[in-house]
Amino acid sequence: MSQARHSTARSLAAHAVLILYTAIALFPVFVVVINSFKNRRAIFADPLAVPGPESFDLVGYRTVLAQGDFVLYFQNSLIVTVASLFFVLLFGAMAAFALSEYRFRGNMLMGLYLALGIMIPIRLGTVAILQMMVASGLVNTLTALVLVYTAQGLPLAVFILSEFMRGVSDDLKNAGRIDGLSEYTIFFRLVLPLVRPAMATVAVFTMIPIWNDLWFPLILAPSEATKTVTLGSQVFIGQFVTNWNAVLAALSLAILPVLVLYLIFSRQLIRGITAGAVK
Amino acid sequence: MGALTLTQVTKSFGATQVIKGVDLAVEDGEFCVFVGPSGCGKSTLLRMIAGLEDVTSGDVAIDGARVNDLAPARREIAMVFQSYALYPHLTVRDNMGLALKQAGTPRAQIEAATGKAAEMLALDHLLERRPAELSGGQRQRVAIGRAIVRRPKLFLFDEPLSNLDAALRVQTRIEIARLHRELGATMIYVTHDQVEAMTLADKIVVLRGGVVEQVGRPMDLYNDPDNTFVAGFIGSPQMNFLDAGKLGLNSDRLGIRPEHLTPGGGQISGRVSHVEKLGGETLVYLSSEDHGLLTVRLFGERDYAVDEVVGLGFEPNRAFHFDAQGRRLR
Repeated sequence: MSQARHSTARSLAAHAVLILYTAIALFPVFVVVINSFKNRRAIFADPLAVPGPESFDLVGYRTVLAQGDFVLYFQNSLIVTVASLFFVLLFGAMAAFALSEYRFRGNMLMGLYLALGIMIPIRLGTVAILQMMVASGLVNTLTALVLVYTAQGLPLAVFILSEFMRGVSDDLKNAGRIDGLSEYTIFFRLVLPLVRPAMATVAVFTMIPIWNDLWFPLILAPSEATKTVTLGSQVFIGQFVTNWNAVLAALSLAILPVLVLYLIFSRQLIRGITAGAVK
Repeated sequence: MGALTLTQVTKSFGATQVIKGVDLAVEDGEFCVFVGPSGCGKSTLLRMIAGLEDVTSGDVAIDGARVNDLAPARREIAMVFQSYALYPHLTVRDNMGLALKQAGTPRAQIEAATGKAAEMLALDHLLERRPAELSGGQRQRVAIGRAIVRRPKLFLFDEPLSNLDAALRVQTRIEIARLHRELGATMIYVTHDQVEAMTLADKIVVLRGGVVEQVGRPMDLYNDPDNTFVAGFIGSPQMNFLDAGKLGLNSDRLGIRPEHLTPGGGQISGRVSHVEKLGGETLVYLSSEDHGLLTVRLFGERDYAVDEVVGLGFEPNRAFHFDAQGRRLR
């Protein structure tokens, strides 16, 4: 009995800590969302109040939808994020498979080289990247952003996935070889499904920084046709006057797609974990 | 169909040589077991035969044709792994049929082959299940079925019973022996368990440190070991090694199996340190000043007290003489 009570107390404590952390983490998001539904005066008068009958106002959303082409910005952000994510996962998994599966000269060095990018921020190379994009005529295209984000996401993907792929049973791969499966089939049909939880983890870690990035869209693709949501929202932030209603509304809207993507991956993640548990 | 020849086969990983020149001939239809302690290279050798590891030098030939550079799938072999290695996303039926499907065999033929193999292994009612829904023993039977379906020239088994519990291990061992009789196929079987080796093999290959210590029929190895390693490895409990000099013999060591030491007689004496009663037999462990720890195997139930001093005798023609290097003196 005492043991059962003890564990209840322990789990209560654990939940209290987790709830506290969740509250702290969600607080800024909460403030952004509630204020996006208020009029300008109410935002400044009492930023922490929830919108009431007097303060409720959709002016922010109206401004966002009227001014600028936000549907296009969303579309750009989605294209860039999804395409980068696809390439990061594909190339990351392929490189990780090669590193973990094949013995070749310089395997270790290659692995270190590919993981180096985790420690060196890609923004250090911005000038060179811009020169490269100018030279290849890719400035103001979404392709430029996809290329840069793919490069940015690959190191972590290779690092995490190669660790996971080392854990995939050699016997299984060898059984496939004896049964006449090609290396590609072994990779796509046997190994990838087994590292799906790791893929979901990598996807989440890769996706968020890409979606939130302001730096590269501002430098490489600032044209109207290629603006992303984060860049588009900057319209409302001026040097002297900031349209807070519009900024908050834009930010609230920007949360939605990334939330949906996250939910998709996290479900994969949980499914992967339970599938592994029953073996 | 299905003879295997290894000629001066070696394997190196970087600077370390793990297989040091193995010569071996396995005849068609033979059940050959590679046995040895862990790290002796037996699994590596099997994987070289399968084509999963490159051969550093020497030749591997199946039915007289050199297969060194042939991909595993084209060597007409099938392999059963210790961890079963079933494809988790395929049903039992598809697991067994995959190799034929890859080879472009007509569907009807695949159906017939899987059906027949399933019947042989009593898997008929499990064909639509996935590996995750099977027990360990069933999974291993599916893995064996997957090998049978291909009608390979060579069956390769890599410690297939190690993950099974004791009862299932005996049952599956009998099943493998039955399959060998029914199929008449050549089988190469790797194990570290000398009981499996003794019960299954037509021919045992004892390996140590990448070198073949002795090749022969189970009873030949038991009754006529070439050296102390083979003598100690084959037979359970292990053979006793006595100091021959202390017995007034001119060899270095004297090997006597536990069943050939008999109480009574005064040549050897020891103090009982432990007694194990197994019902059908009794194992008595003695410590002897001259010869160290000795094991005596007696038929039936016997009573000995710990610390009792027991004199032992042996039949000279049942003892093996070895020199200082462990080589047998005949």
